[in-house]
Amino acid sequence: MARLGYALAAVLGLAAVGGGAAGMLGREWTLAVPWLVPLGGLELALDPLGGFFLALVGAAAVPASIYAIGAAGGAARGVGAYLVFVAAMCAVPLAANVMTFALAWELMSLASYFLVLHERERPESVQAAWAYAVMTHVGLACLLGGMLLLSAWTGSVRFADWRAGAPLLAAGARDLAFALLALGFAGKAGVIPLHIWLPLAHPAAPSHVSALMSGVMIKLGVYGLMRAGVDWLGGGPAWWGTALLLAGVVSAVVGVLYALVEHDLKRLLAFHSIENVGIILMGLGAGMLYRQAGLGGLALLGLVAALYHTANHAAFKGLLFLAAGAVVHATGTRDVERLGGLIKRMPWTAACFLVGAAAISALPPLNGFVSEWLTFVALLQNTQIAAPPLNLVFALGIAGLALTSGLAMACFVKAFGITFLALPRSDAAAGAREAGPAMRAGMALLVAACVALGLGPTVVLPRLAAVAAPLAGAGAPARPALGDWLTVQLSGDFASLSPLAIAAALTLGLAAPLVALRLAGASRRRRLYETWGCGRMLQTARMEYTATAFANPFKRVFDFFYRPAKRLDIEFHPESRLFVERIEYANPTRSIFEDWLYRPVLAGLHAAARSVRPIQSGSANLYLAYILVALIVLLVFA
Amino acid sequence: MIAGAALGLLQVFVVAAGAPLLVGVLRTLKARLVGRRGPSPWQPYADLRKLLGKDAVVSETTSWIFRVTPYVLTASMLVTALVIPVLVTRPPLGFAGNIVLLMYLFLLGTFFLALAGLDAGSAFGGMGSSREVAVAALAEPTVILAVFALALRAGTINLGGVVERVEAEPWLAVNPAHLLAFAAFFIVMLAETGRLPVDNPATHLELTMIHEAMVLEYSGRYLALVEWAAAMKLFLFLTLLANLFFPWGVTHLAEPVPVALGLLALAGKLAVLTTLLALVETSVAKLRLFRVPELLAGSFALAILSVMAVFLLR
Amino acid sequence: MLRQLRLALQTGIVAEPAPRTSELERVGERLRTDILRRFGRSLHIRQVDAGSCNGCELEITGLTGPHWDLERFGLHFVASPRHADCLLVTGPVTRNMAEALRRTWDATPDPKFVIAVGDCGRDGGIFRDAYAVVGGVERVVPVDAVIPGCPPSPAALLAGLLDAIGRLG
Repeated sequence: MARLGYALAAVLGLAAVGGGAAGMLGREWTLAVPWLVPLGGLELALDPLGGFFLALVGAAAVPASIYAIGAAGGAARGVGAYLVFVAAMCAVPLAANVMTFALAWELMSLASYFLVLHERERPESVQAAWAYAVMTHVGLACLLGGMLLLSAWTGSVRFADWRAGAPLLAAGARDLAFALLALGFAGKAGVIPLHIWLPLAHPAAPSHVSALMSGVMIKLGVYGLMRAGVDWLGGGPAWWGTALLLAGVVSAVVGVLYALVEHDLKRLLAFHSIENVGIILMGLGAGMLYRQAGLGGLALLGLVAALYHTANHAAFKGLLFLAAGAVVHATGTRDVERLGGLIKRMPWTAACFLVGAAAISALPPLNGFVSEWLTFVALLQNTQIAAPPLNLVFALGIAGLALTSGLAMACFVKAFGITFLALPRSDAAAGAREAGPAMRAGMALLVAACVALGLGPTVVLPRLAAVAAPLAGAGAPARPALGDWLTVQLSGDFASLSPLAIAAALTLGLAAPLVALRLAGASRRRRLYETWGCGRMLQTARMEYTATAFANPFKRVFDFFYRPAKRLDIEFHPESRLFVERIEYANPTRSIFEDWLYRPVLAGLHAAARSVRPIQSGSANLYLAYILVALIVLLVFA
Repeated sequence: MIAGAALGLLQVFVVAAGAPLLVGVLRTLKARLVGRRGPSPWQPYADLRKLLGKDAVVSETTSWIFRVTPYVLTASMLVTALVIPVLVTRPPLGFAGNIVLLMYLFLLGTFFLALAGLDAGSAFGGMGSSREVAVAALAEPTVILAVFALALRAGTINLGGVVERVEAEPWLAVNPAHLLAFAAFFIVMLAETGRLPVDNPATHLELTMIHEAMVLEYSGRYLALVEWAAAMKLFLFLTLLANLFFPWGVTHLAEPVPVALGLLALAGKLAVLTTLLALVETSVAKLRLFRVPELLAGSFALAILSVMAVFLLR
Repeated sequence: MLRQLRLALQTGIVAEPAPRTSELERVGERLRTDILRRFGRSLHIRQVDAGSCNGCELEITGLTGPHWDLERFGLHFVASPRHADCLLVTGPVTRNMAEALRRTWDATPDPKFVIAVGDCGRDGGIFRDAYAVVGGVERVVPVDAVIPGCPPSPAALLAGLLDAIGRLG
């Protein structure tokens, strides 16, 4: 029964891919059922941007659902919520008026809330779900506020009317609407500092759900930012793009820094989602800035980079979450310090995780590299805007992106190396078994997606350019020159890239030393022996480098950010201090955002609640008195 | 087409065959500077030849990652040799990528080497991996910004375009922005190729190692490939420094005479840079690991200054 | 920095001339066979202290300095037996080091050879028959040559090494 449900979700995903692809190719489609819900009724519309995100949701849902058939093992819990979740995510990019959007959005949030509560016996899950619910609804409040303001000012709840009416509004009104909408959508996208729910909620959900939440749900926040900022409100002043670009830089760098010191495999991936949303926002912010400066071609490039990275992140992060899920499934732990040696026990999963890790580290010729390259190319051309402060913002973005990709590479060396290589660090890891065929099939699909998106930008880019062209503003070419079938050629001679040629050259490069060694008559004998350990008697997993040690240089370098609190607890023998019985060392990092933002806000809320508590005494007489006073006041003013 | 392929092969050959000589010359120079006679400049070839004749001892803890890494490392360097202007401004694979691609190709090698360091389960290897990725990650922003400063001038980030632009306007080479970017890139080169003061390529003490600690497990042909790739990385970085910042002699004609002249010019520039490198390496002490970020921050500041200088002086 | 460079340039090369004769004692025929000729231009040495008094180590350290400069002959000390062609073993091989020495030998890729250094390495020296030593490197791993002396001077060490790879004189 449960398997049937997941199969149904996969079919739904396929349908979404079909519909979305049609939308990207320019097929328009609308559906209006005015009587179904109040305030404008149900209204769905398909356009290229919506089509892209619809196809993305579908394309991520198919492998995740196939994987779930194997991973859930027939357990019925969560199937219904999963189906609703997928369906609601399909509906969000199609929604064409406020009511439909709010319904789909809230349905998506609620379904994922229940999925986060999947292991409701565990207190962490309950806490994660609580944080998620609160942050989601704060975001929803912002969104509804912004949407209602726009509805009131333009006199319509239909998005199509905003498109025409919003650019005519006063600058202040548009700024306010953008700020509210952007806050709401950025919260969903996990942009720092609105991210705190993300590393709690994503790991708590089952892995196929984490893959969808990280892969596509937070992307719907990006969708919202694009829709609101560029489509409805038509670009806006330079500070919108600047804010998004800076938010992107901060999210990318801070996200990856947190990921580096995180040793819970799924939380680590969740922090990388924040990082990648940051990279997407850099492209989007750059696109908006170029658009504002009237550089349509570059605006298009920025938007396309953002869209490309959105698709890529869905592919590799989905893959990584599924592979991490397979590890958790096999070992029962998410703590990388208790893993190790899995490459011998789970070779398929290890290979899939390696592809995902290389892709997210932007290593050529996989897909992460292509979109980061596009983002770089978009950012590097900022000199065409003649405004030094903005150029400096761009330079910050360039440096931030470079730092981010370097740190991401470091983090995934840690994640893959400690989890899969060397000796197992616990019995659970030693006894791990390879994932089943359905789970492997789900991962294999995403591996194929990573490779295809990496090798095929010459095919993908024109499609994405067609999606983004209507949004790029004045001066955007309808059919931009993007090179030929082999090479992506951008902005004339500014930059070119040919992943196919690189992949071919790398293949030849791999073969060349093999041939050269053979020609040189190199010895081909190989002898197995123990790891060199200066002649010590045995090698155990306790001698291996740990994830904590691996991340320590970064902790030292960035200690102003991590603010690690060192705790050393030594228990001596009662007879003599020379004999140590136990040493406990902890070096946890502290979150700036929790300490300096959320804690004061929460403390303020609590204080406010305490100060109004005297009014809420619980006495019925007092409440009657309130009603009387209210009546009198009303009568007086009436 | 044929000429292009031949040119590509020639570039790869120059890099692959010249890299050990570069390392040999550097070692000889460094030995002379401390009063030693030192090994012959051809010593690395003898070392490589001997390693090829040896069997490999592989830890039984390792997986296929360990065995594949030397090939990946070599492949990434060979591809780089096809992309960058070693002899001609537009090498046959120059269209395939630009400086951003190069940095990620180097990261590809670092990624796999760091994994191989962890694969044997030895604490030395893990320590080396951790340090190597830390240095590589922190060096990344400087590389990109230094390149950005160049690209600002040239109007392109295609390497061939940068080279042609500086060739067309030779006075650019003495521009402050250009020199600052050169300094930044030079420091990054020291970090990326594991030279003093970031890493001591001649150390025997595991605790002070970065690069060497990762390759402690390699032997025989695998070690030969790793060392060869490391030599090629140094060669490529120095070539980048030479040809991006002082591109005299790099030709855009795929004809024998200009290419031969380009080779001579490259040899001359590399000789100067190698001497500079030897002088630096002889006169500085290795930095404590946690002081390295300060050095890299310094190079980052240089890169930022260089970008600012472009804006101010345009 | 500049002063240091000036000093280096003023001093010039101080390396001693290559030694002419050696006191190397060959054990067996392995060293004369073709297989070891391959190390004539390049020999990487891993030094193993198997319980030495560190007298030999002091002299060995002298080899890397400017005066004896063993690198000019293509000899080089390496940090891992995986990189080594030759184990340079000192000390009478204490019982605690016997297993470590055996493992180092096993960790070294073929073809390889062993040179025992000093009188202790040859047969245990003054520690011979003591309860804590195994006595002589060859009791633990096959030895191909011995450089005697207590301790052997850097000149003797260098001569012995060059002799072993057939480059003496």
